[in-house]
Amino acid sequence: MSDTVRAWRHIPQRYNLIGSKCAQCGTVFFPSRIICPECRRKGQLEDINLSGKGKIYTYSVITTPTEEFKEIAPYVVAIVQLEEGAKVTTQIVDCNSDDVQIGDEVEMVFRRIREEGNDGVISYGFKFKLKK
Amino acid sequence: MRDVAIIGVSQTKFGELWDDSFRDLITDAGLGAIKDAGIEGGDLEAMYVGNMSAGLFVQQEHIASLIADHAGLTPIPCARIEAACASGGLALRNGIMAVASGFHDIVISAGVEKMTDVVDPTPAIATASDQEWEAQQGVTFPSLYAMMARRHMHEFGTTREQMAMVSVINHKNATKNPRAQYPMEVSIDQVMNSTMVADPLRLLDCSPISDGAAAAILCPAEDAKKYTDTPIYVKASAQSSGSLALHDRKKITTIDATVNAARKAFQMADMTPKNIDMVEVHDCFSINGILAIEDIGFVEKGKGGQAIEDGMTQLDGEIPVNPSGGLKARGHPLGATGIAQAAEIVWQLRGEAGKRQINNAEVGMTHNIGGTGGTAAVHILSK
Ligand SMILES: CC(C)(COP(=O)(O)OP(=O)(O)OC[C@H]1O[C@@H](n2cnc3c(N)ncnc32)[C@H](O)[C@@H]1OP(=O)(O)O)[C@@H](O)C(=O)NCCC(=O)NCCS
Ligand SMILES: [Zn+2]
Repeated sequence: MSDTVRAWRHIPQRYNLIGSKCAQCGTVFFPSRIICPECRRKGQLEDINLSGKGKIYTYSVITTPTEEFKEIAPYVVAIVQLEEGAKVTTQIVDCNSDDVQIGDEVEMVFRRIREEGNDGVISYGFKFKLKK
Repeated sequence: MRDVAIIGVSQTKFGELWDDSFRDLITDAGLGAIKDAGIEGGDLEAMYVGNMSAGLFVQQEHIASLIADHAGLTPIPCARIEAACASGGLALRNGIMAVASGFHDIVISAGVEKMTDVVDPTPAIATASDQEWEAQQGVTFPSLYAMMARRHMHEFGTTREQMAMVSVINHKNATKNPRAQYPMEVSIDQVMNSTMVADPLRLLDCSPISDGAAAAILCPAEDAKKYTDTPIYVKASAQSSGSLALHDRKKITTIDATVNAARKAFQMADMTPKNIDMVEVHDCFSINGILAIEDIGFVEKGKGGQAIEDGMTQLDGEIPVNPSGGLKARGHPLGATGIAQAAEIVWQLRGEAGKRQINNAEVGMTHNIGGTGGTAAVHILSK
């Protein structure tokens, strides 16, 4: 598997939070999809630039990470409910893990995600931080 | 469609089994089931093996043929079935469908996982989630269930103690199961003070890393008495898919795949939760012991924690859950779990469950989940 190609393929989504919206039923998806599961062939998906603003829907603090993320542990992960509707799984950075609560407002920041993948490449993308 | 019976089952001990290789484990379980059924290996017409990730755990794919070869069963057709931790449940279901359809008469459905040969199994386990949009964000598998737990606590007031009780009960049952990986009692305090893994889940909320295998022999119900005096009949075999990533669900305090598979199973068996005398649920993390009894329908949504606190799921409770010790304490060699659950129900219904025997049980259920609920398999078995 080439992590370089994989990371490159998702640059619009990972760098700019481009999702998709079904013109038929209005559902917003992130990551973007080819088919709206509700409308299937009647649906019509268009790109949408998500604002990167949302609220913490749920979270956890990881103290037993994989090798790859050991350096940053303990760290907060969360599912963020974006204001456009879709939910996204992300890290919450620049915070004390005790400060995070369900319902807290958060916004997207652009960060280094992994030191190196299998190819020794550094990948970047979105994380979120508390809006305070 | 023909009715199907289970005429033989077997399970290896679960645990960190350094002496046993992948092929040793599955061959051992298969032989055990063949002996238990009183048939010859040559009677088998097909094999289905549940296995999540031999590729990542022991760098071996193409395992169905490997197993047929080492068990001396070539040239029978064989296939590996994969649906993360629900691989075993699906192998059982595929065997049942093969017999029910009339395609084969006697088949073996088995499951195996060898997880302790790798130094760090966590990345392999994480592939049961969405690799690109969950795992690559740094999410581990326990943290996904931790996020479900957090939301369940938030919406329904489920407590840390109630989740700990799930583990306490499982470990207590496991002390009566000679095949269990962790047959020791633990207290609520021990669970709540064990090492933090992914807040709010701690080490003793998690199923362990396990090696092990299990197998079951199936045949048409009408032939079952030829082989055994105590056939166990398949009343329902249901399966449902669900979104792979947790963030794509409208609600994460319920596993839709469980709800759908259970509903389908009750329909097939023409039963309701009241007909079930005991159940083996997929408590890969303590919170799932709570979600499962709610989603199957034993209690209302949000009331699972309280029901467990009230003793409903204990061995002598209204609906005994996981007499075997469950994934938590029997162990969770991913692909083997769904078959091990069925084996436990078979032993219980035959009256062969030793110290953990539930008396007068007529009907049992198994509930096997893949990932965070991308797959669910539910089976109902009866005397
Ligand atoms: C919880 C978990 C991270 C613990 O792993 P770990 O931190 O590497 O633990 P260790 O192997 O260092 O074990 C520490 C001790 O706890 C014991 N132990 C490990 N996991 C245990 C568990 N789940 N339950 C009870 N005891 C456990 C070990 O036997 C060991 O005891 P010892 O010190 O007496 O030898 C690991 O078991 C895990 O990842 N579990 C989840 C598996 C999973 O996700 N499965 C898929 C679910 S669908
Ligand atoms: Zn739509």
